Amino acid sequence: MNAPFIWIVFPIGIGVLLLLINNQRALSVLGGLIALLLALTAQFLPIELAMNIGSYSIKIDSSFTILGRTLLIKPEEGPLLALIYGAVALWFFGAEAAKSATRLIPIGFMITALMVASIAVEPFLYAALFIEMAILLAIPMLTTILEPPSKGVTRFLIYQTLAMPFILLAGWLLGGVEASPGDLALAGQSASILGLGFAFLLAIFPLYNWIPMLSEEVSPYILGFLLWILPTITIIFGAGFLDRYSWLRSSPQLIIALRLAGLLMLVTGGLSAAFQRHLARIMSYGAIAETGFSILALSLDTRLGIPILFLLIPARAMGLAVWSLAMTIIKGEVETMRFGAVRGVLRIVPFAGTGMIIAALSTGAFPLLAGFPARLALWESLGRESLVSAFWMAIGVVGLLTSTFRSLAVISMAEEFTTWEPRESLTQRIMLGLGVIGLFVLGLFPQTIQYFLSNLPLMFEHLGR
Amino acid sequence: MALTIAWITVILILITSTGLLVVRDWRWSIILLAVQYLGMFVLTLQHWPLGMASVKLVAGWMSAAILGMTRSGFSSENSEETSIWPGGRLFRLFAAGIVLLIVSTVTPAVDTIMADAGFAVTGGSLLLIGMGLLQLGITSYILRVVIGLMTVLSGFEIIYSAVEGSILVAALLAVINLGLALVGAYLLVAENSQQEAETE
Repeated sequence: MNAPFIWIVFPIGIGVLLLLINNQRALSVLGGLIALLLALTAQFLPIELAMNIGSYSIKIDSSFTILGRTLLIKPEEGPLLALIYGAVALWFFGAEAAKSATRLIPIGFMITALMVASIAVEPFLYAALFIEMAILLAIPMLTTILEPPSKGVTRFLIYQTLAMPFILLAGWLLGGVEASPGDLALAGQSASILGLGFAFLLAIFPLYNWIPMLSEEVSPYILGFLLWILPTITIIFGAGFLDRYSWLRSSPQLIIALRLAGLLMLVTGGLSAAFQRHLARIMSYGAIAETGFSILALSLDTRLGIPILFLLIPARAMGLAVWSLAMTIIKGEVETMRFGAVRGVLRIVPFAGTGMIIAALSTGAFPLLAGFPARLALWESLGRESLVSAFWMAIGVVGLLTSTFRSLAVISMAEEFTTWEPRESLTQRIMLGLGVIGLFVLGLFPQTIQYFLSNLPLMFEHLGR
Repeated sequence: MALTIAWITVILILITSTGLLVVRDWRWSIILLAVQYLGMFVLTLQHWPLGMASVKLVAGWMSAAILGMTRSGFSSENSEETSIWPGGRLFRLFAAGIVLLIVSTVTPAVDTIMADAGFAVTGGSLLLIGMGLLQLGITSYILRVVIGLMTVLSGFEIIYSAVEGSILVAALLAVINLGLALVGAYLLVAENSQQEAETE
């Protein structure tokens, strides 16, 4: 038994088997429970340590060799796997309420496993290949065979596919820089190619136009899942580059580039959200701003930035899950998600409307909510390094909050004497309620999640220490 | 001898990639794509053994077959070029000429960076990348988009073969090529589903 088999091969097999199930509830419960089990085993099952169960001794190896290369899950990566599969369980349990279980769960398992493989593969730059496979698998999830694919889907495929060659080439070039560190021209070229690769992969400004396009066209819940898992693991993969190459880590130009990219994402995402008149597009710009926060965290001194980066992950997972579930429910009740069509919709979907607003406030760093502790720490650390950057971060946050209050005004603007007629199902109410409670718990008691997060920086050799 | 063959292959790649930009009949597109994979195989052979290079040829031909078989299932009245702007063949030839000019200019510099892979290999690779990007820039029709992506990836695979000889990478790239073709087939079916339903 080895760790890559448990957390990569097994979930892919489960995903294939779950394709045979068509019942939304069965799929949601089964998928959620399996993901939860994988999370618990990742947290509590020791890797590379013999365990005695009665007269038997079991040891989980950390590596799995395939075609001359290795998939390696180090013992220090257990908490990260627990976090990933725990969040996946959250998404899968909510899939029934979003009526997306049949499309999300089987392929979602495969995508998650491939993204885990991208962290586990050695040499680590081959990760781009696994991420590309996950992107290809995401296409059938985003679009059905019964409707013509939208432009957003095509752009998603093109942009994400173009990232792979850049990252693979950059990986090879970085090896050359390591061999001859004095070659500044080569260092500049490799860093530029790497930057371009990550710009495509993380949808950094201005390469994110597919996100708002997709948000208008596909199921918000499925898009939300992709907007959580792809950037989250890609950023950890990107942090791996910083951990591996000391010259990259210590380059002041790279820090400036990361900070600029993060601020651009945050400010353009926040301001675009503030001027949108479409609820789904606002969510997509919120997700773009979330990626901006993560990139900003990478631009800080790694002893501060890496813990903040990990603190952002659960808040992003929880916030996007609640937000996209709420959007899916609202989408089912209105013709379009434009402001004109959703006016007063709070009277018919009060739980979804509340969930949407709370999740959006959490993304906008509203106090007492899940996003607040990480953003406050980020803002404080950023302010110590550059007041101008902290000011621009505030602009982005104000943009996000403005969009939230505009949305709140629109959805609550019903005709006078309109009665309250909640149309959400019991499952939807329960899932939204639990999600909102989760957002408050993460905001009021951020230390509860520290048990899982405190050891995460140990997965890096140099970062966060 | 090997060098001569490599340069002949570059000319073949120039013809196929330009042809892919210009032709409108999907049958010709698939044929040109298959021939392009043959050219890619020959250039990959400059650095990889026959067995490993064959993987690229087989995967490429299988991908072309998947796309061809899917497309053959639809009525040929589809207007494949409705959303292309500008649509003139002359414009595309002109754009291809510019790509050729850029490639011939940057090839020596890129060749130096890429561990002296060889001018023919680097030039052929950059040509495919450039033509593929051009294709992606001027079309939104799904078959052409997928062919454009395959062309870009082919170019990348040629140059990457000069610096990376891992079996796992070869296998994963083959899987990605096939996956891209399958995704293309899926999107093609989706794109034509309404039209087919109306025809029935």
